[in-house]
Amino acid sequence: MNWQKRIPKIITIIIFAGLLIGTALSSVKRSFHPSGAKQKELSLKKYGFYLEPVNKETGIDFRHLCPQLDPKIRHIEPQIASMGASVSIVDYDKDGWEDIYFTNSRDGSQNALYHNLRNGKFENVAAQLGIADVNKEGTGVSMGAIWGDYDNDGYDDLFLYKWGKPELFHNVAGKGFVNVTEGSGLPAWVNANSAIWLDFNNDGLLDLFLGGYYSEKFDLSHLTTTKIMPESFRYANNGGRKYLLENMGNGKFKDVTSEYGLNSTKWTLAAASADFNGDGYPDLFIANDYNVNELYINDKGKKFTEVGRQAGIGNIPKSGMSVSFGDINNKGILGIYNTTITEKGILIQDNNYWEPEKDQTDNSYPRFVNLAQLAGINNAGWSYGAQFGDLNNDGNMDLYVANGFISAKKGTSYWYDYSKVTGGNSSIIEDANNWPDMKGKSQSGYEQNKIWLNQGNGSFEDVSDEVCPYATYDSRSVAMADLFNNGKLDIIVANQNNIPLVYKNDLENGNHWIEIDLQGTLSNADAVGAKVILEWNGMKQVQVVTGGMGFSSQNEHRLHFGIGKSTKVDHITINWPSGKQTVINNPEIDKLLIVKETNGKEEKQTVQLYK
Amino acid sequence: MPWIVDRPKGYFQYVPPAFITLLLLIGQLSFGVLDSYINVVVSVCAAMLTEMILSRVLLGKWKSLSSAYISGISVGILIRSTMIWPYIITAVLSIMSKYVLRYKGKHLWNPSNFGVSWMLFMAPLDVAGLSIQWGSNFLGLAVIWVLGLVIVYRAKRFHVTITYVISFIILAYIRSLIVGDTFLAEVSPLTGPMYQLFIFFMMTDPPTSVSTRKGRIIVAILIALVEFVLRLNSFIYAPFYALFLVGPLAKFIDLKRNAKKENVMAFDSKQTYSLQT
Repeated sequence: MNWQKRIPKIITIIIFAGLLIGTALSSVKRSFHPSGAKQKELSLKKYGFYLEPVNKETGIDFRHLCPQLDPKIRHIEPQIASMGASVSIVDYDKDGWEDIYFTNSRDGSQNALYHNLRNGKFENVAAQLGIADVNKEGTGVSMGAIWGDYDNDGYDDLFLYKWGKPELFHNVAGKGFVNVTEGSGLPAWVNANSAIWLDFNNDGLLDLFLGGYYSEKFDLSHLTTTKIMPESFRYANNGGRKYLLENMGNGKFKDVTSEYGLNSTKWTLAAASADFNGDGYPDLFIANDYNVNELYINDKGKKFTEVGRQAGIGNIPKSGMSVSFGDINNKGILGIYNTTITEKGILIQDNNYWEPEKDQTDNSYPRFVNLAQLAGINNAGWSYGAQFGDLNNDGNMDLYVANGFISAKKGTSYWYDYSKVTGGNSSIIEDANNWPDMKGKSQSGYEQNKIWLNQGNGSFEDVSDEVCPYATYDSRSVAMADLFNNGKLDIIVANQNNIPLVYKNDLENGNHWIEIDLQGTLSNADAVGAKVILEWNGMKQVQVVTGGMGFSSQNEHRLHFGIGKSTKVDHITINWPSGKQTVINNPEIDKLLIVKETNGKEEKQTVQLYK
Repeated sequence: MPWIVDRPKGYFQYVPPAFITLLLLIGQLSFGVLDSYINVVVSVCAAMLTEMILSRVLLGKWKSLSSAYISGISVGILIRSTMIWPYIITAVLSIMSKYVLRYKGKHLWNPSNFGVSWMLFMAPLDVAGLSIQWGSNFLGLAVIWVLGLVIVYRAKRFHVTITYVISFIILAYIRSLIVGDTFLAEVSPLTGPMYQLFIFFMMTDPPTSVSTRKGRIIVAILIALVEFVLRLNSFIYAPFYALFLVGPLAKFIDLKRNAKKENVMAFDSKQTYSLQT
């Protein structure tokens, strides 16, 4: 062969070799190698804040215990009993300081309500208030809790969802709780991992959405069959039913699920509600495991229509683990962040951040575009809860994502065993008996949670290794709250079968902020569903008041906005669920603004928080 | 070659591409198996374009694009990535391997087996495999199996498929005894789409199969055995890796033995139609 003929062949070989090496290096250079926590000083210098674990200092000594299940499924118990650690924030006694509620998930274990003592310490008062001993044998075990003032008496009540009997506790003026489940119309048994308060018909009364995960036919502690698992890894419809419970205003809830068209039996792990089509009624996003997510558009409080596929968020079946809302570009547009599962070489699903398209004029339903990859917030791990919040008060919403499934024996993995059944036919996968014995193996364990800092240009920087000590719990539920009333967002993470992480935000960059607390009068008292748009320095950020969001979690009721170095907020526009609108010009900054819904003039009160 | 030797030219040229397209359509229309059509379109285009360029530049002629089409579709179905580039690169690598990794004028690796195995093993942060089922009803599964078996029977490769399937089932039983998991759990992967593509397309690929019936049966058993060992060591993509290891070695030995009998072998056989994936 002469040289002329050899050259193309040599070039082909070089390109081939280059592609082989390049593809191999692509995974090497971006491998997850936690480098360990940097010094607090470095973090403060570089990012202006540091998340300091303060469990000991605050006196929070709670430890979650996972459920114990029927012996028939003992061989995969870690797989099934992998949820139940949840956290929700409430100011149950209306003293102006946020309290923390943790759920526990073992028969006989106690839930905990940590009362904020206003001095940096917390005290568990759950037992004396009657909401600790709620995991009694035969009633199921707690999976999560949401707080909402269902009777508009000014105090947030507690709805507890379980793998078992859902329960409602009425808050008696912050002095104690009374179990009012009997006769309230709540279902007898639901294996639920999600619930939210919402006022779907805008009648001023908070209604409930409750999403089943395992079918409600099963008591997972006393099984008569092992055919309880999903019938498919991607197309399962044999999960728990959903419940839309309308608040009738007399302490009773009416099951209107079928009437409103929520007939899904997918495996729901999370739900959140906000108005996405601008008609003033809250729509419903449901994150489903083993299938596609669902978006239910609210037809003016009369019916829900599922439009996930048309909207562009329900096309690809992934493991939908949680849902939270944020406005990452300060365009005044609320986006949907949905966590999933990514395990290198095995399952690459990527988390989603769906933002509504700009021009919706020709669409019957809102259409969304996925910006997660572009923003760099797609690849987290085996993710559960996530929350947006401005951690450094620079005016951009940052993101915290909880990761890690089962951290058992180090150096082991159940993924291979898992893949055997998940790749098989439905008759095999749905029977727990066919699932290989876990034998103490880990699965996506020892993962670090992700902290992504919003750069203000649509992209995020991964600062997980730098702004807090290295930790690898199996994290589930995340909530953000200004626990110390100092204008800084703290983070509370509930970890499965372990202690929670309570992070105090040491923020020392001089950025400004404003917090807003809404009180409905025509609308529901919690103003759940209200949309707040803050405009400052040419920027516009939207946040909504929710009745639970993330994975089995609820943030503080107040909305927290950072505004960076700006010393002025131009306007605050509040769209109440009742349809009323309140506009506040030039509010004071670095303060808590309490706004009460009124018919006529604005009624607001500015509160100087503790510094 | 077995696929077309006793049939009019072109008779089988379009059957395998039609079958894999049908398989894709059944999977997509019944269960929405594809995350996105664009992935398959991109990998098919990349494979065909690479084939066109390389055949023209290296062989000085235009080759039929049927095999590149099959390779492209296989790549589009078999790998999973949230980005587009892995589909392009895997398809390009698959086709390029045909032109670069050769012995005595024949390529050694099944093209898409090479591309897919390489990416799964070497680029795990960007690529995962199709290790999930296509749905929960038996109808689609039955259609795929019946059609697949008819095609491999007519293509005279039924013995390869059936040898491998029987070997897999026997070894699955032995594995269940060793690891203590149920037989159903061990045999379960065989009911998934990854295996359907593997046994109907990759394993039966004529250009990378050995030349004798007996040899092909032995190779099928060897692939099952290597896969058995890999599975005992928790390799999820064991069948791909087993074929990646055994296939080229067997082909190499086969070519070497045949070379003693035939002194001249054409660099590229016009008559050979490849059911390669």
